[in-house]
Amino acid sequence: MQLSVNGQSRDLELDNRTTLLDALREHLGLIGSKKGCDHGQCGACTVLLDGRRTNACLVLAVTCAGREVATIEGLAGPDGLHPVQQAFVEHDGFQCGYCTPGQIMSAVGMLEEFERGWPSAVTGEVQPAGLTAPEIRERMSGNLCRCGAYVGILAALTDVASRS
Amino acid sequence: MKPFRYARPGGVAEAVRSGAEQPGSRFLAGGTNLVDLMKLGVERPDLVVDVGGLGLDEIVVDSGGGLRIGANVRNSDLAVHPAVRRELPMLSQALLSGASGQLRNQATAAGNLLQRTRCVYFQDVSKPCNKREPGSGCPARQGDHRNLAVLGGSAACIATHPSDFAVALAAADAEVAVTGPAGERTLRLDELYLLPGEHPERETSLAPGDLITAIVVPPLPFGTTSAYRKVRDRASYAFAVASVAAAIDVTDGVVRDVRIALGAVAPKPWRAHRAEDALRGLEPTASAFRAAVEAELSVAEPLPDNAFKLPLTANVVVSVLSDLTGASR
Repeated sequence: MQLSVNGQSRDLELDNRTTLLDALREHLGLIGSKKGCDHGQCGACTVLLDGRRTNACLVLAVTCAGREVATIEGLAGPDGLHPVQQAFVEHDGFQCGYCTPGQIMSAVGMLEEFERGWPSAVTGEVQPAGLTAPEIRERMSGNLCRCGAYVGILAALTDVASRS
Repeated sequence: MKPFRYARPGGVAEAVRSGAEQPGSRFLAGGTNLVDLMKLGVERPDLVVDVGGLGLDEIVVDSGGGLRIGANVRNSDLAVHPAVRRELPMLSQALLSGASGQLRNQATAAGNLLQRTRCVYFQDVSKPCNKREPGSGCPARQGDHRNLAVLGGSAACIATHPSDFAVALAAADAEVAVTGPAGERTLRLDELYLLPGEHPERETSLAPGDLITAIVVPPLPFGTTSAYRKVRDRASYAFAVASVAAAIDVTDGVVRDVRIALGAVAPKPWRAHRAEDALRGLEPTASAFRAAVEAELSVAEPLPDNAFKLPLTANVVVSVLSDLTGASR
């Protein structure tokens, strides 16, 4: 099958049991996306599929033919880090770093969802103009950090949101 | 994961034919529950029929405010749809209270309805479970049953249905449009879901090959006065331990009509008809709400570790209805 990853088309021969996460890590050598729980509970495997954040561990790769996958490896541009990556560095948004690629990809998708005006479970009838701390916590609840770097992650995302 | 054949049908008819021909086949849409259960060995299909490419992803709002939700509409697209938020806030709130941003982007409307229980015994193939392996027994009554059912269970099974969305749909009198080998039909949610009785392995009235193509929500004029509230063990990204979807119409100081459905307390979204009947014609007061929900819960069969769900559910019902009507508590 053909899989489009970070704008490049890749040819793969896969067992149809292979998840998108295993295809990325074990077959394409893109080990940025992490396998945490492998059950959709931790968010460490988060990638963008057709521009939307999703858990790569719960998607069969065979269903991704003709779709666009974006991983952490393709996030930084020629001019340096993506603003979310830069903010994680500046605000100590990680300790061990294992959940970080998933946190960052999830945050990129989350910011895009907010831009589109999507409400969350804590949004009232009118969405706030900017991302408040309760909004960020709710929208990022699918990403766990066992080191507990949430304070830094919240600071990083508050900073990025205020600049965009 | 057990090996399986993978099929990508070109249309609904072909999908139905594939599903009906192969015993033990499964339709795959978002896959957030099915793929997980296949990894756990709980689901072991010989054939996976990928219906993700069939379209079925439109939300149509009719002039009366009713909705036709394509089976493949993603949870997040449905939750943020302006007409859904305006006409039936409980539907949007239920969806947004479920799972995570990532999962809502992947999971579909019909898949949400057909997701399986999160009972720990069901998900662990090293344990007996009458639902997974009929006749093998159920350790839950003597074991871990804190999250399990207080209504509608049986000696064989007290698993709960995990969906938030389905609870709001039950309150809205929704139906599912099904295409099967014998043609098309619609099923009320009450007809779709079966109580476990002696056959907890049979959860729905769907036969092999039956494919849900859409969810049909009839107009609910007082749906704008509706809400979904969920109580869980942490603030976000957790299944409910109790939840309530409710809509209420108060005219001339009395309850003219009301819809109440309860989540996380039964093997299916639990429409509280007894409570609704008790409330019609009464003044909307906290004490009337409490008496009504207690009438509903009078048939409950709690166990030691899930008996807390009864006062919790009663309190949430009173709280939601009081907020919707402005009644003082």
